Amino acid sequence: MERDDLIEYSLNGHHSDDEGKLIRKKIWKVTILLTAITILEVALGAYIKQSSGAWPFVKWSFVALTLLKAGYIVMVFMHLGDEKKWLRNVVLIPYALFIMYLIFIALWEALAVGDAWMGA
Amino acid sequence: MASQSAKLDAETLWGGKESPFQTSYGKLMMWFFLVSDALTFSGLLIAYGFTRHDTLEAWPIGEETFNSLPILGHGYPLIYVALMTFILIVSSVTMVLAVEAGHRMDKKGVVKWMIATIIGGFFFLGSQAWEWSHFIHGSEFGKVELADGSQAIVKGHFGEIESFTVTEAGTHHKKGDVIKEDLMHTFQHAAEKGHINNGIIELHDGSKASIKKAKDDHLKLIIKKDGKSYTVGKEIEGKKAEDLYYSAIYSGEENRVIYGANLNKNEYGPQQYGQFFFFITGFHGFHVFSGVLINILILIGVMRGVYHKRGHYEMVEKTGLYWHFVDLVWVFVFTFFYLI
Repeated sequence: MERDDLIEYSLNGHHSDDEGKLIRKKIWKVTILLTAITILEVALGAYIKQSSGAWPFVKWSFVALTLLKAGYIVMVFMHLGDEKKWLRNVVLIPYALFIMYLIFIALWEALAVGDAWMGA
Repeated sequence: MASQSAKLDAETLWGGKESPFQTSYGKLMMWFFLVSDALTFSGLLIAYGFTRHDTLEAWPIGEETFNSLPILGHGYPLIYVALMTFILIVSSVTMVLAVEAGHRMDKKGVVKWMIATIIGGFFFLGSQAWEWSHFIHGSEFGKVELADGSQAIVKGHFGEIESFTVTEAGTHHKKGDVIKEDLMHTFQHAAEKGHINNGIIELHDGSKASIKKAKDDHLKLIIKKDGKSYTVGKEIEGKKAEDLYYSAIYSGEENRVIYGANLNKNEYGPQQYGQFFFFITGFHGFHVFSGVLINILILIGVMRGVYHKRGHYEMVEKTGLYWHFVDLVWVFVFTFFYLI
């Protein structure tokens, strides 16, 4: 039986040519930004050795830059930034909770395993 | 994109008619699938980090391990992986442009940008095939175990092997034969098996031959595992490096040198390093491969006008979500596997 009470949300995704122009402009901006970040990362990786004193700083900037890149991909390319607030939360909150827990438990466990191997 | 502006009231919401997220079922389920897939990849990367910090043997450094380009050779740290990253970002951009064209019901635009995306995907897969092949075959020097039990990777320019001259006949070669084929492969195989003793190589057929080889340039040993005399991180250069390297290669002992990588051992670092490389990049590559296949299927649908008749291009948006996710994962693999 054909249902007539379902709402076709997909039809709400349409936009006009003018809106399209603005969206495309934003896409190219983000592209340039992502490329620039990648080039910066490679330059840092190639010129600063892991033995150098600046390495811990470089390492954490890699993590920060990666999260920034990921943010742009998810929010702009995947349009999560344009979805309903709670769709965004339903995707991000459970994921963030699980991963923070997993990182915490892995670090904690790594200490114990490291001690055991060192014979301490 | 533009979402429905009508206010939701509790009655219609609980009546089951409206979706609280005002999104179609398919898109929502794609998001939940991506969350679960993201958890899988995070698990892999966290396991990688855990293993890395737990391993007493020195872990390989990205810019030392991945420093080659096709045709140009060595000395280009991370450039190749950066290129792969760039290819994937660009194909993500073309995908988002296809989605944008879909929102304007511009069928031609969708077809154009989806074809570009698929080409980008094939480029990435090809690059990964080259990288795997390079990783598996390894360097010309390999990783060597020195006399004091320490292990070192070797940098420099490998002097070409010119020929083998048979000094003792075997079942196939006669004394005085000069062999000029398949030299490198034979040499590496014999070195791994410990069939080179004092510069005399024992060939497959039991014959023995002397090796004529050009001198190596700028040989440098970097210690990756502690031994009795050398500790991790020490670099040895010049004549001393040459003596240490060749006394190991020409020792006639088995397993003093490892070339390339497989699941049991690799020349770059601890055993787990190779396993994680194959599993993480392989699992990601498999995602890229299936993404390309899905994109091709959707492209066929677009060209046949299936979605145009439906009145919206949401299928393109959904496959786009998956494709962006593949790019997203690579951003993290790039950082945690190659950069740090």
